[in-house]
Amino acid sequence: MKDSEIKRLLSAHIFCVFSIILTTVVPSLFLENFSVLGTHLTWLCICSICVTIVNIILYIIFKPNPSSKRISFAHKVTRFLKCCVYFFISCILFHGIIVLYGAPLIESVLETFLFAVLLSTFTTLQCLCMLGPNIQAWIRVFSKNGAMSIWDNSLQITTMCSIVGAWLGAFPIPLDWDRPWQIWPISCSLGATFGYVAGLIIAPLWIYWNRKKLTYKSR
Amino acid sequence: MQRWPVLLFLAWACFLFFSGIGLFTSGFLLMRIELTNRSSCSDPLAAPAWVGQGKAPGACWMAQRFPKAVLLIIDALAFEFARFDPAKERPRPYENKLGFLHHLAGSQPRHARLYRFRADPPTTTMQRIKGITTGSLPTFIDVGSNFATYAIKEDNLLSQLVQNGRRVVFMGDDTWDGLFPQKFFRSYFFPSFNVKDLHTVDDGILQHLYGTVDGGDWDLLIAHFLGVDHCGHKHGPDHPEMAKKLTQMNEMLRSLVDHLGNDTLLLVAGDHGMTETGDHGGDSEKEVNAALFVYSKTPLFGAHLPEEPHTIPQVNLVPTLALLLGVPIPYSSLGEVMAELFSGDGETVSAALTQLSAYHINARQVDRFLRSYSLAAQDLSAVQLRRLRELFSAAVEEYERLLARVREGLPASPELEARMGRLLGRFQHYLRAARAVCMESWARFHPLRMVAGCMLIAASCLLCWVASELAVALDFSYRSYLLFPLLWGLAAAALSGLGQLLTREGPDFVLLSSWSAAASQLGFFWHSWSRRPLRAHLASSQPPAASLGLRQRLVFPMGLLAIRCCAMFSDSFVVAEARVVPFLLASLATLLVGRLLWHGRLLAPEVPKPPLGSAASQKESWQLPWLLAALLACLRLSRLFHQCREEIPHCQPSPFLAPLSSLQSTQAKNLFYLLCVASLAGLVYVVRRWLRHCGNLNSSSPLVLFVRWAFPLVAVCIACYWAVTSGMEGTLGKLQELVQVALVGFPWAVYGLASLGLLLVLWKPMTVFVKDSWVSVRPIVTPYQGAPSSQADLLYVIPQIYRRMQESLKDQLERGRRRATVAAYGLGSVYSATLVVVLTLLAFLLLTLHSERMSLSFLLLFLEAFVLLRLHVCITSLTGDAALFVVPWDAVTAWVLAASQFFYATGHQPVFPAIHWNAAFVGFQQGHSSHLVPALLVGANTFAAHILFAVGCPLLLLWPFVCEAPGSRRRKQKKELLEEEEEEEHVMEMRLQESPERFSAALLHLGLKYLFVLGVQLLACVWAAMILRRHLMVWKVFAPKFLFEALGFVVSSICLLLGIFVVMRVDCAVSTWLRQLQAR
Repeated sequence: MKDSEIKRLLSAHIFCVFSIILTTVVPSLFLENFSVLGTHLTWLCICSICVTIVNIILYIIFKPNPSSKRISFAHKVTRFLKCCVYFFISCILFHGIIVLYGAPLIESVLETFLFAVLLSTFTTLQCLCMLGPNIQAWIRVFSKNGAMSIWDNSLQITTMCSIVGAWLGAFPIPLDWDRPWQIWPISCSLGATFGYVAGLIIAPLWIYWNRKKLTYKSR
Repeated sequence: MQRWPVLLFLAWACFLFFSGIGLFTSGFLLMRIELTNRSSCSDPLAAPAWVGQGKAPGACWMAQRFPKAVLLIIDALAFEFARFDPAKERPRPYENKLGFLHHLAGSQPRHARLYRFRADPPTTTMQRIKGITTGSLPTFIDVGSNFATYAIKEDNLLSQLVQNGRRVVFMGDDTWDGLFPQKFFRSYFFPSFNVKDLHTVDDGILQHLYGTVDGGDWDLLIAHFLGVDHCGHKHGPDHPEMAKKLTQMNEMLRSLVDHLGNDTLLLVAGDHGMTETGDHGGDSEKEVNAALFVYSKTPLFGAHLPEEPHTIPQVNLVPTLALLLGVPIPYSSLGEVMAELFSGDGETVSAALTQLSAYHINARQVDRFLRSYSLAAQDLSAVQLRRLRELFSAAVEEYERLLARVREGLPASPELEARMGRLLGRFQHYLRAARAVCMESWARFHPLRMVAGCMLIAASCLLCWVASELAVALDFSYRSYLLFPLLWGLAAAALSGLGQLLTREGPDFVLLSSWSAAASQLGFFWHSWSRRPLRAHLASSQPPAASLGLRQRLVFPMGLLAIRCCAMFSDSFVVAEARVVPFLLASLATLLVGRLLWHGRLLAPEVPKPPLGSAASQKESWQLPWLLAALLACLRLSRLFHQCREEIPHCQPSPFLAPLSSLQSTQAKNLFYLLCVASLAGLVYVVRRWLRHCGNLNSSSPLVLFVRWAFPLVAVCIACYWAVTSGMEGTLGKLQELVQVALVGFPWAVYGLASLGLLLVLWKPMTVFVKDSWVSVRPIVTPYQGAPSSQADLLYVIPQIYRRMQESLKDQLERGRRRATVAAYGLGSVYSATLVVVLTLLAFLLLTLHSERMSLSFLLLFLEAFVLLRLHVCITSLTGDAALFVVPWDAVTAWVLAASQFFYATGHQPVFPAIHWNAAFVGFQQGHSSHLVPALLVGANTFAAHILFAVGCPLLLLWPFVCEAPGSRRRKQKKELLEEEEEEEHVMEMRLQESPERFSAALLHLGLKYLFVLGVQLLACVWAAMILRRHLMVWKVFAPKFLFEALGFVVSSICLLLGIFVVMRVDCAVSTWLRQLQAR
């Protein structure tokens, strides 16, 4: 059973990776002068939207945490609205944290905010898809023995990789290399994206490697 | 408690670091004293021959040979660039491009000549310009120069020319503007900063060059081209761009020569060479080999043509040019005149006589300089100087004899010519020897000393680490770890001192102290190695439970420290350090909180925590995110106060740095003034509030009274001082004298009060309110006689009766035992209260030295320190290891990072122009008589954050105890003395007092950890400066950074000792008090 789960996870992740690669290639067919570095803001929007859509589709297809009880439609709608609110709050929070870490406060607000949105799609959106708007569950998942399925584990890995990638992306900014990708927030958003992709690839491999050691508590 | 050994051990560790710093500095930072003397025409240096013959008009020291000269400096024109080898079939991009020079030298050998022009290290442009104009060997620090500007204060060619009424026109590199402000008759400056820009400066010069030359209203024209140098930095020499650039220079020379008149001397010089990668700054062969080309339309040289171009040192240009243009040689010039240029076209004897006279003047000038210099400084060896003087006097005597013979009018003979040749050789020998002596002491790195200093610092770091590990294990034997190494060190010092006495006359203290430091380190490592089996035995007997947790807690702080150290090796990161440090500190704090979350300590009440109830930990876990947010906010806010470096192009320095008096609008000024006073009042209020909260503000001891009354007074003094300084100049016309008095009086009041407070701390550091109910049978205190008459009396008396009844009831409940109770309020926070008082006093002092609006930054500093301490307490208690006496690495690292962060947030940068020199005049309006006081004031201003955080370092140990037991805040500690038996309940900081052994070990441990973290940063700086000493930015970025870091280390370590000393003084007082209490 576990192997089949891992295969499902792997296929989902590969799908995600492809979607990100497509966002860098496909828009140049429709939009003139499109490039990831040149028109970075457009790419940020496209990438966020694309990853959001793919994640939601994957969630609908794979249903990682199936619950047995049936949920009414009204409940679903409130849940969805709650998710939207959470997502928005997380964008604001990320924006605040990024500014506190040293991003410019007033100039390039839009860039910073879009970067926050990208980070939210890589982290919060996944949590919302997998765990629903349930903070307790989130805190449970992000602790040492809190994972209850391989989906939780992959969630841990991708989220951390994205954030670490964004963090590492800040390091080239002070260097005097005069490269276009050193401009705020390109290096950070690229770092986050690379981190996310790395997380997507690492997660199934890591789980496969440690499949003997991983034991999950039942809920 | 062992107090003195702890202090002594820490002082010894500091000494080890200091000697390492000293050794490295003596090898790396080349030092020289600048003399302010100036040459003038009336100096009696000229030979009597000239006096006798009567001077030509405009002549000075020697007759003027050229009325005009053009000095073209092509930055980084290496000798290979200027050389032309027609035999070469496939020249590299930088070879054979300056064909015009070759053409001139080949077709007119008596008019033009190419030289190898040897630059003296450091081969950076600014130092080279100094060398080419002053004729001396500039080092990184020319002591005596005004650090606030780069302007050259020494006597130099330009100021001599200006002094003698010549017109100097300049075009090109704007570095000259900073070096020679207001010296130029006309100038066209172009920005030199952008290394990537190859053309702006050169094109700018070309636009003005020919017009100016044709205009003719100039005597010396200097043009400084930067394109070649920038091309080297951008592409390296081996690049087609370089070929283009050199070809452009060739064309420029070709057309310039067409514009020149017959009476003009043309000099084309490179200020330094470049390495294969296009860099410069060091002393490698490629960097120091520049080119010099001399040309004039009148014949200049003798018929003799050398095979290979001569090599001449760069400083030789100065006396040559000075004498040719007929101005005095600058006072501190060490150059030797270029004899060939003085030969002229006369016959042999007269040519030789002219040369000899030039040499004679030159030698006398160098001798005069050496005499003045040896009076001002001792760094030239006396033996060498004596030898030089002998050479000099012998040569001068011979010269005078020879001159007398020539005056007699004897005919020229081969014998005379030979004598003249020999004398020329003697003068040359003297001048070269003099240069060599100076060079040896000023212009050479000592790699051995640098490496040795580096190793000494590294070994000291290792020692701190090992010793701190030993201090945790509690088997710290001061005898074998302190006494024996000290003896080793003393022995080594005695030995090397003896050796120095035997070989040389003057003792070298740096070498002496480093030998003894190395020996004592060896002693320490030897003893700790030999005690290893014993320790292994001890360790095996102890349970190894705690070690795993500690090892895990090591990863984050050490990782971030490693990143910080790596950042020291990149010039961009050093430049951007003001943003890097807060980023790292924020990351560290977030990682620590994240780890707690990961381990489930934040929201898992089922995890047992022995010292605390789960309610308390619940509270802390909710506090934690808020504390983190507060810390991040503090970090972000601190960026408001940043100063700019010139390396960051579009940087605006913080408006808060300017003094209030610079504000134009009165409204804004008033607003800011109120804000500053409010922040000052806030600081006082917060500190007093905290002390009251801990119960340390109740007693009537002098220190507490001082805190209650003098703190607001100091604040008022500072506020008044600000009001006076920020007022307009003219508005208080009649009160001008009063204002002058106030400008001096208020700062002195602050200094006086603060030092009074510090003395009080040393005298009576206890801030404990003791309520002694020894005599429990007390009458009810009532001033009223008879029956109570009014409602007020009743209100006063009834509670007293009630309390009395309560007490007697309690006595009965205690089974009739008579007991004496001493209630001591504030005993639980006695150490930290004193430390906080000291910190506040220091903050007042440092605040006065800063500009007004920096008070906001100081308030922020206190807030951030408080938040960091709370965070430390929360994390420690939530992590749940009971090792309260061990301050974890993450806290120490965060504390050190915060210190560096506030170095920047108090408006400082590690560069000399950013130092706040105004601080030297706070309270000293008239200036100073000595150098010590201003140095102290400016040092205190610069390292304010280092001072505060280092003194406050013991708080990291104390705070967890202070924050313990939140329920019983009111009654800090109740110490009960019973008649029969003694029953003591120890809480809070008294737990430290309870186990003096562990307390002293903990202080030692904390001090060593702090020194280790500081030392590792210092080591990275030292390493960077040593490895990158050839880097383009070494004198702009790395060397100042090293200097500031080293000074910061010295200040921090001394203040750390001070902080620990204060804690020990309090401990001394507390134990005396307890002993007295027990004696009763």
